[in-house]
Amino acid sequence: MQLNSKDDQKQKIDLKSALSLATTALLGTATLANAAESVNKDNWSFDTAFLYYGESNRVTASEGIIAATKTFNDDKTLNLKLTVDALTGASANGAVAQPNVQTFTRPSGNGQFQVSAGEVPLDDTFRDTRVQLNAQWTQPIAPDYTASVGGHISKEYDYLSLGINSNLAFDFNKKNSTFSVGMSFFKDTFSPEGGIPNAFSSMVINTNAESEDENEFKQSRLTDSDNKTTVDLMLGFSQIINRRMVMQFNYSYSMVDGYLTDPFKMLSVVDQEGLAQYYLYESRPDKRTKQSFFAQTKYHFEKNILDFSYRYMWDDWQINSHTIDSRLRMPLSGSSYIEPHIRYYQQGAADFYQPFLQQAASLPNFASADYRIGEMNAYTVGIKYGMTMSGGNDLSFRLEYYSQQPTSAGHAEPGVLANMEIYQGVDAVIAQVSYSF
Amino acid sequence: MATSIDKVNKFTNRCSILASLILLSGCANLGVEPWERDLLAKKEMALTASPIDAALDDHIYFSKEASSGGKSFGGGGCGCN
Repeated sequence: MQLNSKDDQKQKIDLKSALSLATTALLGTATLANAAESVNKDNWSFDTAFLYYGESNRVTASEGIIAATKTFNDDKTLNLKLTVDALTGASANGAVAQPNVQTFTRPSGNGQFQVSAGEVPLDDTFRDTRVQLNAQWTQPIAPDYTASVGGHISKEYDYLSLGINSNLAFDFNKKNSTFSVGMSFFKDTFSPEGGIPNAFSSMVINTNAESEDENEFKQSRLTDSDNKTTVDLMLGFSQIINRRMVMQFNYSYSMVDGYLTDPFKMLSVVDQEGLAQYYLYESRPDKRTKQSFFAQTKYHFEKNILDFSYRYMWDDWQINSHTIDSRLRMPLSGSSYIEPHIRYYQQGAADFYQPFLQQAASLPNFASADYRIGEMNAYTVGIKYGMTMSGGNDLSFRLEYYSQQPTSAGHAEPGVLANMEIYQGVDAVIAQVSYSF
Repeated sequence: MATSIDKVNKFTNRCSILASLILLSGCANLGVEPWERDLLAKKEMALTASPIDAALDDHIYFSKEASSGGKSFGGGGCGCN
């Protein structure tokens, strides 16, 4: 390692060297001599970020990412990424607000909680820490052909996700055009505390002696864990239009198979007056096929750069959505910029979405009151400020506001429900600091 | 129900026609010479200029909305949805 007269530069290089050595050691592929050599070549680069996500009165999340990229000779690259996040707070359990206090059993079966009159029921036991590791290897395999393979593992207390992916890209027309084809496969296992409830089983509320309730609760549970698989196929085409403009088009086909129900969500069953009589755990189909079309363009004006994209998604649950995302990067000086961001999202409801069930009606095959598969509009507005520091490292700050507004798909609201807030909005603040070196 | 499927079919047909047109015309007339890549070569002109921001955003919207992916793979990953 070179000795530098400036202390700050020395510290910076020390940190990078230490991380480079640690990463190489973790890989277990290089001898120490090779590791030292790689540090000298200075060909590891690191991207780090810390993100805070906070909803008013609901979920709060903190997420840290460190990604290391090494570029070898002949354009081979290795990317390793570690993500750690922690979630706490409350999320809507699917039941509707009522003019009286409501009592719910916690999803684990351990204890109960009460929701005040007029309040949208939130389950406040939402708490988890997640660790995720990604590795991606990319290399040219023939002139104009680039291949990439990757692996993914994500573990939280009650959830394990394993994934692999591969991608092949073909450049032609003087590398102005690129075709790509990709595939990924995920296997997720869900083991919620207290097990998985039977579809449409009634929520057991603790009114009897403890042992009786425990048995009754257990009987309402199907199994301890369940899983789902996801196969994604993607076809992409990118085209350089001219010196200032590039475009990208993707078509995606995704098949999800297995346990797609949310074991924490339920539906209120209401009488003709709109009063909740009991609660049933939700039930979703065990298959979902999603497709999407995505188009993006980047345009370099004299100084500013516009990034504009549109996505149309549709699936066999009859959900469809439109997403428009736009960023404009505006240089402030040679070394700093600001980037305003606007995103608009509109989603139609799944055909089995219902805000509640009516006691008089027969039970449908599937039903969920999860607002995330209901009709909604959402928008994000944000701004990013970034600067290149004297040593060439990048520092940036991002602040965004995200607002979701669920809307009624025309479900009748009998009796007292006419005066209750059924479609409650969610507002969140997103703050992020990123540093690359 | 039939109408929404029809709409989707109509939309996909249009998309495929549009994509084919762009492909056909793209290969022949569009693009730049290697020495004209000064602006395109900038890091900020990459289609995904900030992969970390993109990963964080994907995680947020995957957890809060019924759609995911499109730009990259949208499957699996966490128990947040």
